[in-house]
Amino acid sequence: MTTAPNTLGAGAVMLAVIKREIALGLRQKGEVLTPLVFFMVIASLFPLGVGAESSLLLRMAPGVLWVSALLAAMLSLQRMFATDYADGSLEQMVLSPTPLGLLVLAKALAHFLLSGVPLVLMAPVLGLQFGLDGRALGILMLSLLLGTPTLSLIGSIGAALTLGVRGAGVLLSLLILPLYIPVLIFGAGAVEADAAGLGFGGHISLLSALLVLSLFFSPMATAAALRISLE
Amino acid sequence: MKNRVIHWFKFSSPQSFYYLAGKMWPWFAALATVLLVVGLWISFFVAPVDAQQGQGYRIIFVHVPASQMSMLIYLVMAAWAGLGLTFNTRLSGMMASALAPTGALFAFLSLVTGALWGKPMWGAWWVWDARLTSTLILLFLYLGFMALHASIDDPRRADRASAVLALVGAVNVPIIYFSVKWWNTLHQGASVSMKGSSMASTMLTGMLIMVVAFWMYAIAIALVRVRNIILDRERHTEWVKHAVA
Repeated sequence: MTTAPNTLGAGAVMLAVIKREIALGLRQKGEVLTPLVFFMVIASLFPLGVGAESSLLLRMAPGVLWVSALLAAMLSLQRMFATDYADGSLEQMVLSPTPLGLLVLAKALAHFLLSGVPLVLMAPVLGLQFGLDGRALGILMLSLLLGTPTLSLIGSIGAALTLGVRGAGVLLSLLILPLYIPVLIFGAGAVEADAAGLGFGGHISLLSALLVLSLFFSPMATAAALRISLE
Repeated sequence: MKNRVIHWFKFSSPQSFYYLAGKMWPWFAALATVLLVVGLWISFFVAPVDAQQGQGYRIIFVHVPASQMSMLIYLVMAAWAGLGLTFNTRLSGMMASALAPTGALFAFLSLVTGALWGKPMWGAWWVWDARLTSTLILLFLYLGFMALHASIDDPRRADRASAVLALVGAVNVPIIYFSVKWWNTLHQGASVSMKGSSMASTMLTGMLIMVVAFWMYAIAIALVRVRNIILDRERHTEWVKHAVA
């Protein structure tokens, strides 16, 4: 038992983790679909709250859709480590020879595929209800596509920190939502800046920069937080 | 003292730091009181009336030091947190959690004094200015830190988990600040800039004294609070029984 060969490379393990997460997500469709329905409900509440004046709705649309997306992404975050923590497979991941940061990265990517991508695909339908035109819808989708992986990555830190903690759900939103603010600003700002004739390139570049930064740093923080939660 | 070498690491033990802090805090508290009295006297009676803002400007003598301290304390807190994670020292986490309420208090004070100042100067209690907004977010970060710490029962785990959060927050604070600043310039045409720093020298003196006074207050109160935390955490030990008795 001294030299148990690690037959799988890190890439193969990450792929296996992603496949497993997606298989689990598809088997429990409710957990994947509920945040999406939540996204639709939240976005539909705003016109009811502020009135159906089309110029107002058009002006609010990017912000409303982005805030709804943040909240929807938040809903499914808690699930990221909770079930693995409950059945002990998280401990196996911590013990495995593959670096924990890479496993965490794979889980965050799976979270993006299960919660972020559906949001990206759903957003134009809601955007039409707010009266956004084709170009604005395209920019909105692009900003969500670049922004939601960042949400999953930053969110994974919060999910790991609140693992097995009292009132984890509310606490998670208190910890993570302030950290989401830059993504919200640049995501919603991209559409608005383009509508104002300023071009959306700067905002998209900054969203990409945030994505790269969080791709690098957040798996480290999440891995550290998981080790603390499991000790 | 018999040998002249001071073993600094001695004070990383909560027990010896408890006594050291007990000796230090009255000095800082006394300094804070004296400086506050002098600083407030200068700011109310010596500093001249501002040409544009009248008497209302005098709130900056509280507002500016409070805003500075709210940001500085977050960095100091994150530094303690990082120290605690790196060296696994118990005292560092206690220092971080002793600093958090003071930092949150200063952030809150900065927002309240800002609102009181903003009403006569800008005509509104609150404007979505970059500095106001980022101070508000800083307050949320403090609250998150304290909430996470409070919701974990094991104090060592609470220290370490909130230390990770403090470090993540410290990395994010500049990003949040600049993104809010840019958002602000995109949204707001009307500028709410402060007037240039053409301050009378007595104003500047008053402000500096107030800044130092707030420093002293923060140090004193953090030491008092860390002493309480030490007693609470070590209550099962013999030395605490002797210290309290």
